[in-house]
Formats: sequence, structure tokens, C-alpha cells
Amino acid sequence: MAWDRNQMAARAARELEDGMYVNLGIGIPTLVANYIPEGMTVTLQSENGMLGIGPFPTEDAVDPDLINAGKQTVTALAHTAYFDSAQSFAMIRGGKIAMAILGAMEVAENGDLANWMIPGKLVKGMGGAMDLVAGVKRVVVVMDHTNKAGETKVLKACTLPLTGKGVVNRIITNLGVLDVVEGGLRIFETADGVSEADLRAATEATIVD
Amino acid sequence: MQKIYGSATEALDGLLFDGMTIASGGFGLCGIPELLIAAIRDAGTKGLTVASNNAGVDDFGLGLLLQTRQVRKMISSYVGENAEFMRQYLSGELELEFTPQGTLAERLRAGGAGIPGFYTKTGVGTVIAEGKPHMDFDGETYVLERGIVADLAIVKAWKADATGNAVFRKTARNFNPPAATCGKVCVMEVEEIVPVGSLDPDHIHLPGIYVHRLIQGEHEKRIEQRTVRAA
Repeated sequence: MAWDRNQMAARAARELEDGMYVNLGIGIPTLVANYIPEGMTVTLQSENGMLGIGPFPTEDAVDPDLINAGKQTVTALAHTAYFDSAQSFAMIRGGKIAMAILGAMEVAENGDLANWMIPGKLVKGMGGAMDLVAGVKRVVVVMDHTNKAGETKVLKACTLPLTGKGVVNRIITNLGVLDVVEGGLRIFETADGVSEADLRAATEATIVD
Repeated sequence: MQKIYGSATEALDGLLFDGMTIASGGFGLCGIPELLIAAIRDAGTKGLTVASNNAGVDDFGLGLLLQTRQVRKMISSYVGENAEFMRQYLSGELELEFTPQGTLAERLRAGGAGIPGFYTKTGVGTVIAEGKPHMDFDGETYVLERGIVADLAIVKAWKADATGNAVFRKTARNFNPPAATCGKVCVMEVEEIVPVGSLDPDHIHLPGIYVHRLIQGEHEKRIEQRTVRAA
């Protein structure tokens, strides 16, 4: 047993606090929006120039001028604000965003993050990820603990080109939650049905007590 | 001074030359200057360096200029939606300067604001910062990034008056204002040219000083990821 995508998103949503301005990455992080607790106000930032992302539109409300950073059609909320890309990244770089929840290809025990390219293979680009990890107050990574080949993504050192150096604060995977601390990673909790031994066995990074 | 032109081709007359640098607004296919891009394709201008967050898709937006091999180099943050781009890049036909999205926006803004370079934390410790000057401020390390001044800026707004005062709509604003400011010449396409005096001066997103030529036209406004919920 371990957490599935939705359970990982639900766990990540527990990182949110009332009043926060948060940026959610593409993939599992986007699902976090479905688990914002009732009564809590969390304002989602989209780096293409929007604060206050609403739900997907109904078919008749689709607007090509209103998309999120994943290029998906979305809607606005009563308190939504729009702005240009320079201002969007001014608020990111300027430390105004409390938290970013992002996917990753690899994370290392020193908080290094790799999530933007595989040399010679995958050349998509970093988008806004490098700015986000450099600028926001807290970076939470949500990802599967291992890749499709079953190899751990929680490493002593990243092998792929970095998105940011020493930028990750917390890692949420299908197996549990780990914090980046002095000397390595500390297990914060394990997923349902996962033992601490399972989590350690699936992790290359140094686990500190 | 007359800024309004009859078509995208007329508005670009005398501005295009081989090897030039063009800054383009838009995020994905949202808010892209689709009429001006099509006119540049028709003009056949070659060896272009294009600063744009994305590179369109294979058959729309800047993808049109890739199909015709008019682009020599892209300055972009994300090109994942364009298979032809990937093919040309991996085969070495196309040069690519990956620039983090916020750094690109600020490079355009800075270029337009007379700032030749700025320090940012973004990318420090990554391949993006390699070979660039670094400087410590208050105990943190920053990397020097250069402002971009383009030969031509092509942008898209919602409405403008005849003097070029412009208003954007929702997230179609994105890179358009910073791109507009960094052009030695800026050509803007809009959905509607409105009478001077009809836009509230307090609600202008981009003052007309940045806009040299203006056209009105019909926009396809293609959607990349149509996501809906049940009614």
C-alpha cells in the first residue's frame, strides 16, 4: 500500500494555511486545488499573470483569453487579479508567494531539485520553475518515490541538470513525507501501509534521525 | 502622427530584415500576435532571433516560422508543445537560448526600461548561470542577466485607441507589455480600435508611447488545452 496521485495531492493540501498565496505546478500539484479545506482561503497564482484561479469552465464559459500556466482553460473568482508576466515574476522573485508545490524528476538530500530536462532526450524547458524555487518562501515537491524503471528519485546527488540548488524544503511521495534538514533527509511521516523500513529501502539519500 | 495601418503586411513594411531580433508577446497560444506572425512568414524574412516565452505549436503561432526555417535562434523558457522545434533543435538546425520565464520577462522589461543588465537569484547553481558574472548581495549569490532590446516587438492587445493606448484582456496580457516596451519599433495588433477618449486613462495597461504601428483584425485565438467541467 502507498498513496495514489489523489492521496498525495490531499496530503500536500495539508501544507496549506489560511490566507496563503500559492503556486501549484503541473501534474499532481494541480490536483492539490481539489483538496483545499472548506472554509480556508488559499489564493492560487498562475505565473502567466493571474491571482485567484477558479475551477475549469463549463463548456459554454470556455474563454481562450483565460488559461492557467499549464495552458488549460480556467475561470476567474470574485477576487481575481490579472497582470503581465514581468509583474507575475516580480511577485515570485520578490518572495510574496508563500509556497510552491512542484513535481520533480529527482531530488537530492541537500535540497537540490531537477525537474526540467533530460539531456539529449527531453528538451522542453524550465518554464517558471527556476524562478519559483529561487523566489518563493517554501518549496514542497510532490512526486512518485521511484521512476518507471523502479529506481529511486530521492538521491544523494541529482544526476540531471538542476532547476535549483538547495531549494527544496519538503518532499511528499507515494511512500511518505521527508524534510530536508542539516545532513540529509528526515522522515516526517509514512504513507498508509508503508513502514519506515520500506521508505528507507526505496531511498538513496542519507536519512538522519 | 498616423499609427493605424490597413493590414499586418502594410504595418511591417520597411521594418523587416534578415538576421533581425524580434520580441513577441504571448503565453502558449494565448495572446499571441497571430496576424503579424503570419505576415512575417509571408514576407520570408530569414535568420531571425525570436525572444518569446514559447514557440507556438507545429501549425500555429511561431511554429509557422519554424516550419519555413525562418528562425535561426529562439530565446524561450518552454518549447514542449512543438515537435518540429524539438526536431530542429536536437538535429542542430536551430539555436536555443533557454531562459527562465521570469528572467525572460525581466530581460524584456529591463531592455525597454534602459537597464542593460540586472542581478537575479533565479538559476544560480544551474547551467543557466554558467559563464555569467555573479555577485553577492547581503550574503546571497546572484547572477547577472542582460536586458533585451529587439529590432522589432510584435504584440497583441484587446483594444487600443488611435494613439496606441492599449488594454489587454485576462491572461492574454502575459508577455505583451514587456515585449512591447523592448522593441526599437513596436507593432501591435488588436481586436478593436476604439475612438480616442473612450478608454479610461486610469485603465490603460500600456501607454501609446510604446506603440508605433497598429492594426485591427480577426483573431482565431486557438485553445491549446480545452479543459471543462460538467455544467
